[in-house]
Amino acid sequence: MPLKQLSVFIENRPGSIAEVARLLRDNSIDMRALSLADARDYGILRIIVNDVYKSSTVFKNSGFIFKITPVVGVPLKDSAGGLADALDILGAAEINIEYLYAFTGKQESKAYVIFRFPDKDIERASRILAENGYSPITEEEL
Amino acid sequence: MERYYQEEIECAPRETISAWQDERLRETVKRVYEKVPYYRDLMDKKGIKPDDIRGVEDLGKLPFLTKDDLREAYPYGMLARPLKDCVRIQSTSGTTGKRVVAFYTQHDLDVWEDCCARAIVAAGGTDEDVVHVCYGYGLFTGGPGLNGGSHKVGSLTLPMSSGNTERQVQFLCDLEATILCCTPSYAAYIGETVNEKGLRDKIKLKAGIFGAEAWSEEMRRDIEKSLGIKAHDIYGLTELCGPGVSFECSEQTGMHINEDHFIAEIINPETGEVLPEGEKGELVFTSITKDAFPLIRYRTRDICRLTRKKCSCGRTHVKMSKPMGRSDDMLIVKGVNVFPSQIETVLVSKGYPANYQIIVDRVKNTDTLDVRVEMTNEMFSDNLGSVSEREKELVDALKAMLGITASVKLVAPKSIARSEGKAVRIIDKRKLI
Repeated sequence: MPLKQLSVFIENRPGSIAEVARLLRDNSIDMRALSLADARDYGILRIIVNDVYKSSTVFKNSGFIFKITPVVGVPLKDSAGGLADALDILGAAEINIEYLYAFTGKQESKAYVIFRFPDKDIERASRILAENGYSPITEEEL
Repeated sequence: MERYYQEEIECAPRETISAWQDERLRETVKRVYEKVPYYRDLMDKKGIKPDDIRGVEDLGKLPFLTKDDLREAYPYGMLARPLKDCVRIQSTSGTTGKRVVAFYTQHDLDVWEDCCARAIVAAGGTDEDVVHVCYGYGLFTGGPGLNGGSHKVGSLTLPMSSGNTERQVQFLCDLEATILCCTPSYAAYIGETVNEKGLRDKIKLKAGIFGAEAWSEEMRRDIEKSLGIKAHDIYGLTELCGPGVSFECSEQTGMHINEDHFIAEIINPETGEVLPEGEKGELVFTSITKDAFPLIRYRTRDICRLTRKKCSCGRTHVKMSKPMGRSDDMLIVKGVNVFPSQIETVLVSKGYPANYQIIVDRVKNTDTLDVRVEMTNEMFSDNLGSVSEREKELVDALKAMLGITASVKLVAPKSIARSEGKAVRIIDKRKLI
């Protein structure tokens, strides 16, 4: 099961990211991972939260524009070469990556990478990663 | 010493001008009634016959024409002459839905070029001058009008058209132009470029004739200083011929309307009532010498004042102030007519919500047009590329519709300012008056 990432539209002006952060704080939503993509005149804040359902309700009620995007998160060894090993597997299977970002988890010496694959490749990528010892994490494990 | 292109006309006594206007108006109304069914219907609806019009004092009885009428009659409905007698077409810069196409016989071109010639001579032009025309050429009337006028004066004419500023500056230096014709914003830009390159001593300009967009007295002073010239305003609209309907003399306190060709009125835009001299209102023109495309009581939507106060230049024709605004929502950006409805049409056709805001500004004397659109859930995607692609599509469609480049900015929902529940669609930050 892929993870559900929230992709939130961010206007390019001072204070707009703070509005999202404040909303999460006011509703006691915990962010597990975050990445910001920026285009010329707007941005997309990509976040993994502890409660997707609650977050989407909160965003919706506050008038934010967002999408729920399926992504795949895998744990890596938090040491040199950890990412390269995983990428080699995907490369060999000719799976394209739209974007990725990394974060460290609660467990010591564990790093996580969030992969965004094209929709058609999500299942295959998850399977291949699992077969090679990189079992995608579930929401509960986060 | 003030010089004139047609002194006997430009300085004619008031009574003579009035006599010309009476006679030409009678003739025009009679001819239009016979040849233009569209206007005949308007007159019939008001119960007016050509014989009811004895002179300018009866002008108020005639029905108005608006841009909507010209659209309705597009393309040939306002023609008063067979097409085979016409030799030229020009068109307004606006595109779909708002295009106005004007026709000219050889006589009409002569009249138009005479009007422009008067403007050039009033700015000091002679047959010894070099006139550098960098208005756009083509359907736009700016280039062809001043080009023709310059020929009539006998000046050496450089049909540069707009763009490629490096080359413009190079030619100004090499060919020693003395009179520059373009939009005021382009003149300011040329001025900046000349000074940046340290070429101020290399240019020989003495005067400029600048029009097709609104500009302030402050901007006039900036241009005069940066190019070392005297900057003259010129006014016109394609519907009437193009530039040259009125022009500034050495006094620089308003533009003399060529009253032997055009009768000007100021009306209350709400009621249509004619206002006394000196009052601010909408400018209305009746062309009285045009062959192919005569217009009676055409509403320009430009707000200004008229004055018959004696002018030190010796010209006796009525003067109009710079336009102080519009009685509709049309914007003039980079010399191009822009209607918010055109932008709305593009947005809707590209699947955007009609929730937008147009911000016009002038940065370094050049107009900028920003279109802000509120993002919607349907438009948004996690994929940066697909959103940018849609944005580019919108920029291209706006360019195709307006003829100028607008920058598009996607903003958060409900972020467009609303006043009393109604969105503020247009913000014009330029200080033009």
